[in-house]
Amino acid sequence: MPERDHLTVTVQRGGPDAPMRPQTFEVPAYDNQTVLDVVSWIQQNADPTLTYRFACRVGMCGSCAMMVNGVPRWTCRTHVSKVLDGNAIEVGPLRNLPVIKDLAADMDPFFDKWVSAEGMHHPTRTRDDAIEAIDPVTMERQEANAGIECINCSVCYSACDTVAGNPDYLGPAALQRAWTLYNDAKDANKDAILDAVSGTGGCHSCHSMGSCTTYCPNELDPLSAILGLKRATTKRFFGGRK
Amino acid sequence: MKVARAHPLWLAYLLHRLSGLGLALFLPLHFWVLSYALNDAAKLDAFLTLTEMPLVKMAEFGLVFLLAVHLFGGLRLLALEWLPWSAPQKTWAAAAVAGSFLVSTTFLLQAI
Amino acid sequence: MSEFHLYMAQRLSALVMAPFVIVHIGVMIYAIQGGLSAAEILGRTQGSVFWFAFYGMFVVAVSIHAAIGLRTILGEWAGLRGGMRDWLSAVIGLGLFALGSQAVWAVTA
Ligand code: HEM
Ligand code: SF4
Ligand code: SF4
Ligand code: FES
Repeated sequence: MPERDHLTVTVQRGGPDAPMRPQTFEVPAYDNQTVLDVVSWIQQNADPTLTYRFACRVGMCGSCAMMVNGVPRWTCRTHVSKVLDGNAIEVGPLRNLPVIKDLAADMDPFFDKWVSAEGMHHPTRTRDDAIEAIDPVTMERQEANAGIECINCSVCYSACDTVAGNPDYLGPAALQRAWTLYNDAKDANKDAILDAVSGTGGCHSCHSMGSCTTYCPNELDPLSAILGLKRATTKRFFGGRK
Repeated sequence: MKVARAHPLWLAYLLHRLSGLGLALFLPLHFWVLSYALNDAAKLDAFLTLTEMPLVKMAEFGLVFLLAVHLFGGLRLLALEWLPWSAPQKTWAAAAVAGSFLVSTTFLLQAI
Repeated sequence: MSEFHLYMAQRLSALVMAPFVIVHIGVMIYAIQGGLSAAEILGRTQGSVFWFAFYGMFVVAVSIHAAIGLRTILGEWAGLRGGMRDWLSAVIGLGLFALGSQAVWAVTA
């Protein structure tokens, strides 16, 4: 690979008050450099008004996701060499969410939909009871485990074209959480979960295009979780119970 | 910013949607032509002679392909949704397209 | 009709249509040999209770299936929402049913 000393980085700027427009920066290239490093370099050396968000820098917190050359990614875990298009990178705020400013997307709709999908705990016991013993090998537990590492980064939500076309759609992450809780022995209200994912914008709006599973940086599989919800709701319709 | 998403299952989704849309748009025309049989069989025949034209033959090939690809793609989706079955989806999506080419090419070979 | 009921109606109508479509394609491949004529089609279908039931059920299923499918597309690609979209898809479904019934009647009566 030829040595290059600069990258051409196009950043989407703007927000509710100013229309989005691209701005291009020349950023020094290094051997080891993530997209987040590049964005930080711009903010620290070229334009301190550039707005973006990050916290952990190691793929734990889920706050640094942005569109990089048209793909939603964790910028802290994306090496520049992996995404470079010629000598250029284009960085924008996450798709399918309102923009607060520049690269910082407003995550409120994403989190609100977790609640709408009943992504909340329905306890089986009170604090006075002994902790329930969980058998790790049951099918249900394995299904629940499959989705538990989700860090709410919204990468899948931004990758989903159904979210883009249907603002009511709860989206892959919220539905995956609903499926996780549905399979959790410690959750007491499975019917509330199935009701929540059967309404407008519920799991039945998903078209199984699998962009969520393709792009989840955690290698989770929301597509299969949603298919599980479709099966469970269909089974309930025909009188089958869990 | 352009969005990059042309992975196999996304293409299968797009193909299923476009084939469904194409069939739904063609359906009223199909019904209308057949209704001619009620009043005037000669008129229906005049229409059917059109099917001898190469261009119309290609269009028919397209329709049979749309129907076959929507059928196989739809059965793939139904199995995916209702059977506890997640195996190699990309392979099944490709098989649906391949099967549709087979069916519609058989049709074309019979037609010419 | 909730979103879930529309989903069930669309999947069940699809399931009903699957054998119909397979037979339909088979008949097309068979019938097209040696060209198409009205006499040939009508000779097969006219007065046949079997083909009346076959195409009749096909038309019912496709009207339901296509109307729900187009409703989805109207929402996602044309940005229609609420009553306007439901109303339009109901009209599409009824229109397909009317045209389809007329066609079935024309070839089997
Ligand atoms: C063999 C029969 C058929 C099967 C198994 C089948 C299956 C399906 C399935 C499963 C879907 C849902 C896709 C989704 O929401 O992700 C669908 C959508 C659709 N189908 Fe069919 N279908 C069949 C025949 C037809 C026919 C004959 C027409 C045309 C008139 C049609 C028109 C549509 C339309 C317009 C959609 C909406 C596409 C979308 O939402 O992306 N289908 N079909
Ligand atoms: S499923 Fe994956 S992509 Fe989606 S929010 Fe969770 S970690 Fe992020
Ligand atoms: S599979 Fe469903 S949730 Fe995932 S990207 Fe496609 S439509 Fe969205
Ligand atoms: S900064 Fe925490 S995941 Fe990237």
